[in-house]
Amino acid sequence: MEFAELIKTPRVDNVVLHRPFYPAVEGTLCLTGHHLILSSRQDNTEELWLLHSNIDAIDKRFVGSLGTIIIKCKDFRIIQLDIPGMEECLNIASSIEALSTLDSITLMYPFFYRPMFEVIEDGWHSFLPEQEFKLYSSATSQWRLSYVNKEFAVCPTYPPIVIVPESIDDETLRKVATFRHGGRFPVLSYYHQKSKRVIMRSGQPLTGTNGRRCKEDEKLINATLRAGSRGYIIDTRSLNVAQQARAKGGGFEQEAHYPQWRRIHKSIERYHILQESLIKLVEACNDQTHNMDRWLSKLEASNWLTHIKEILTAACLVAQCIDREEASVLIHGTEGTDSTLQVTSLAQIILEPRSRTIRGFEALIEREWLQAGHPFQQRCAQSAYCNTKQKWEAPVFLLFLDCVWQILRQFPCSFEFNENFLIMLFEHAYASQFGTFLGNSESERCKLKLQQKTMSLWSWVNQPSKLSKYTNPLFEANNLVIWPSVAPQSLLLWEDTLLSFHLLPRDDAAQRPSPDADPVLLDF
Amino acid sequence: MEHIRTTKVEQVKLLDRFATNNKSLTGTLYLTATHLLFIDSLQKETWILHHHIASVEKLALTTSGCPLVIQCKNFRIVHFIVPRERDCHDIYNSLLQLSKQAKYEDLYAFSYNPKQNDSERLQGWQLIDLAEEYKRMGVPNSHWELSDANQEYKICETYPRELYVPWTAKKTVIVGSSKFRSKGRFPVLSYYHQDKKAAICRCSQPLSGFSARCMEDERLLEAISKANPVNCYMYVVDTRPKLNAMANRAAGKGYENEDNYSSIRFQFVGIENIHVMRSSLQKLLEVNGTKGLSVNDFYSGLESSGWLRHIKAVMDAAIFLARAIMVENASVLVHCSDGWDRTSQVCSLGSLLLDSYYRTIRGFMVLIEKDWISFGHKFSERCGHLDGDPKEVSPVFTQFLECVWHLTEQFPQAFEFNEAFLLQIHEHIHSCQFGNFLGNCQKEREELKLKEKTYSLWPFLLEDQKKYLNPLYSSKSHRFIVLEPNTVSFNFKFWRNMYHQFDQTLHPRQSVFNIIMNMNEQNKQLEKDIKDLESKIKQRKNKQTDDILTKELLHSVHPESPTLKTSLCFKEQTRLPVNDSLRTIEGSSPADNRYSEYAEEFSKSEPAVVSLEYGVARMTC
Repeated sequence: MEFAELIKTPRVDNVVLHRPFYPAVEGTLCLTGHHLILSSRQDNTEELWLLHSNIDAIDKRFVGSLGTIIIKCKDFRIIQLDIPGMEECLNIASSIEALSTLDSITLMYPFFYRPMFEVIEDGWHSFLPEQEFKLYSSATSQWRLSYVNKEFAVCPTYPPIVIVPESIDDETLRKVATFRHGGRFPVLSYYHQKSKRVIMRSGQPLTGTNGRRCKEDEKLINATLRAGSRGYIIDTRSLNVAQQARAKGGGFEQEAHYPQWRRIHKSIERYHILQESLIKLVEACNDQTHNMDRWLSKLEASNWLTHIKEILTAACLVAQCIDREEASVLIHGTEGTDSTLQVTSLAQIILEPRSRTIRGFEALIEREWLQAGHPFQQRCAQSAYCNTKQKWEAPVFLLFLDCVWQILRQFPCSFEFNENFLIMLFEHAYASQFGTFLGNSESERCKLKLQQKTMSLWSWVNQPSKLSKYTNPLFEANNLVIWPSVAPQSLLLWEDTLLSFHLLPRDDAAQRPSPDADPVLLDF
Repeated sequence: MEHIRTTKVEQVKLLDRFATNNKSLTGTLYLTATHLLFIDSLQKETWILHHHIASVEKLALTTSGCPLVIQCKNFRIVHFIVPRERDCHDIYNSLLQLSKQAKYEDLYAFSYNPKQNDSERLQGWQLIDLAEEYKRMGVPNSHWELSDANQEYKICETYPRELYVPWTAKKTVIVGSSKFRSKGRFPVLSYYHQDKKAAICRCSQPLSGFSARCMEDERLLEAISKANPVNCYMYVVDTRPKLNAMANRAAGKGYENEDNYSSIRFQFVGIENIHVMRSSLQKLLEVNGTKGLSVNDFYSGLESSGWLRHIKAVMDAAIFLARAIMVENASVLVHCSDGWDRTSQVCSLGSLLLDSYYRTIRGFMVLIEKDWISFGHKFSERCGHLDGDPKEVSPVFTQFLECVWHLTEQFPQAFEFNEAFLLQIHEHIHSCQFGNFLGNCQKEREELKLKEKTYSLWPFLLEDQKKYLNPLYSSKSHRFIVLEPNTVSFNFKFWRNMYHQFDQTLHPRQSVFNIIMNMNEQNKQLEKDIKDLESKIKQRKNKQTDDILTKELLHSVHPESPTLKTSLCFKEQTRLPVNDSLRTIEGSSPADNRYSEYAEEFSKSEPAVVSLEYGVARMTC
């Protein structure tokens, strides 16, 4: 097997594992193709199973012949291994480095993982677009399923099936796709039954510097308005950024060409700015020697809560357009794969009771993140400890989960799931035995044949025995729109993800679950 | 009464403090002898006690009327607009007079009448008995005895009559020591740890200057040290920053010289003085009150106010005390300058960490009675009960409550009481509705005859106990545990429910606490019902033959169940604690303030569609 070449030393004895708040454990360290395992070979002593793909960065230190490897994980954990023998230590370190940065997706653990549980419901088929559309089709006939992207030819990042206005034919869609960034023509994201208004999303229009227009694009989005009514376009970039985008062929909808639409700019940060924010935040959280002033100024300088506030504010604005102004909304930023999805999905959390249930939230992630083409593979390749600056990493999905957590804290009885559910999703987005978050789009997932070759996260999580851990016992369904407060005084630091390794659980309250408690089959 | 010129003003607007669109409620403002009352068009009442008013401000006249901003000591801020300037001026003047009384006798407590007779009132005052409390701690004993030295307040006016000192300390030693201590506040027992036989003692700074000594004081400290049979040294903790203590030496005061006292270990812990604390809170409130506050401004304001730094300093000092006793088995003597502010904070918090009794509702009352009220924390001056020196006002007690709140956050199961209890106590240190916190020391309280003329707060809190119970409290697992809080900076958070108590829009809309409380109540009720039914079955079994029973049982149980059901539903609705009833889930009410916060765009009048965003309109035409 190819992994054997990468593993220079598969086994070292007398290794000591250090973790915060736990006594040190001495045992045997084993490296497999996908796991780092430390076993004390004693009963009742916890073993460490760590996925290589969860490793974000490692540091080496030597004192005499005793080597120390500090492993920093993508879920922010930091563990330390003391390894006797310099050569063994160096071998282990370089093996881990190689195994945690495999280039080929098909070498990742999900392709080797064999479930030890009985699959009751195959998660790959739990949330098919046709089924989701049924929820709407009974309420409105204004929308239809389109298979125009069946071969991923019109838009490589869209799923094969999308929901579009009934009156717009596939030919028009093809034309509109040429006018929108990445071919991402406006599609339905959410239909609000009460007000009969919709949320749509797309890529930016390619107006360029000379103000190009596209009649079909105008026709498409106007088709979603009733006569005489108006809609809102929420651009998730500041006006300044949107204007600059014109120089690169992008741009925004000109008022003259879209007279029925009011455009509002909401500035949500993207890419490296978010990544740096996370790095700074985790760095601040990890240093416990900070005095009060330094901690507060570091927390402020990370800007993390500012990003949370911006995203939540934009989502509230959208929800407000739908529920209070009774107007339809089109949302886009540049590509329409990051901030756009944060806003559309959070607006649904606020507006739609179904999305606050476990099933509904899973469907939301499936629809608004996975099928909508959020590039998980790129965004989650590295986490807070990466020192190589790559362009594509960004904690976009983590920010979304954090926003959901903020709303959950303010409406603790309105969600069927609990905080553990959100933490579980965060962990699996970065490292998982399941194929769900692999790839950057539906087309990539199809090429990888994930449905045939890997297990879906939903198959595992939707087992009744697993769900009990993620269910909120205080849940009482309500059909209300839940408006969160976005004041700085109301926003909190999500301790159980960011600080969990520094806070000793004193009382029995909410202890963090181990990320992968499932038995795993070795692939050797 | 003579201060009230206008008793009622109509068409007054109440502005929302944080709304960006000047949304308001219109209603009628009433001025009574004790309260300012606003009733809005939805008949919702806002009561403001005159004594709660910290400041009244009349802003410049606007087109809609004359703005009147009232800041309260419980951190409520209301912003009225009174249509006629003349009315506004009258109310303003009246409130200025009514909120600042010159005499104790004019305070609310002297007119407040909860319809109790004299014996009930007296019983109320006897609810907390400090002699009992010292007995509970295990004093007097072979090392500590009750001293009658201050029986007539002759040695120290600001101490209580009953004081506990080492039995080896003779009266001459006490008198000598008291002359060497600021305001005569010589070292006395505050808390005795029975298992460790170690004590927390308190006093004021010594009048040591640069070199003065006092043999009696040295002997008293030695006696305290020797009263602990296990450990031969004791800590002397000066809660001030070293620089402040050194500066005091120039004024003939200062701190203990380790060389002059046998077997003491001297330690500064660096808590700032009342003036620093006052301006720190002031800064914090200024930041919080900003409309449209950004996250960065909030955190940089929180940082520059220094508030959480001060809270952490108090907490760290208390932890030092607890560790000295638990780990080193050493007694501790605590002082600051006069020994009634920082010393009270640190002694009471230290005892609370050590002794689970103080984490119960009644125990917490005892703790406040002991370390704050009896030892002469100057409540009236610190809370500004009377029209006095504003430089004496300081949030020392508020800080203590906040430290306790931080502990409840870190140890959610260790406290019998909940946050509402702390907030309610805070409300009443300023309300002047009860006698407990009036005056600055016990002697003054006796002179005011508070026990004859006013009521005690504690029985009223106990009566409402249900509201203040922590549903997560587990008395068994925490009974003997010493709390060891983690004071890493990120464990200190802004106490939103205190400083924004009345800003409903900032709080969670659903309360887990309330739900758990209600569930507990329901469970209790159901358990009681089961017992009732079981006993009925038993009765019937005894009375009747078996074959009648089977028929009758169905009949006897069923008619009751519908009423049972309705009564439960009814209870669930009414049992929500009062201050939370407004925070229940709020979805579609148009009065919801949050609606306007997200985008100012919508707050402009609707027809002005084109001007939605000026920038956009300009550049796209």
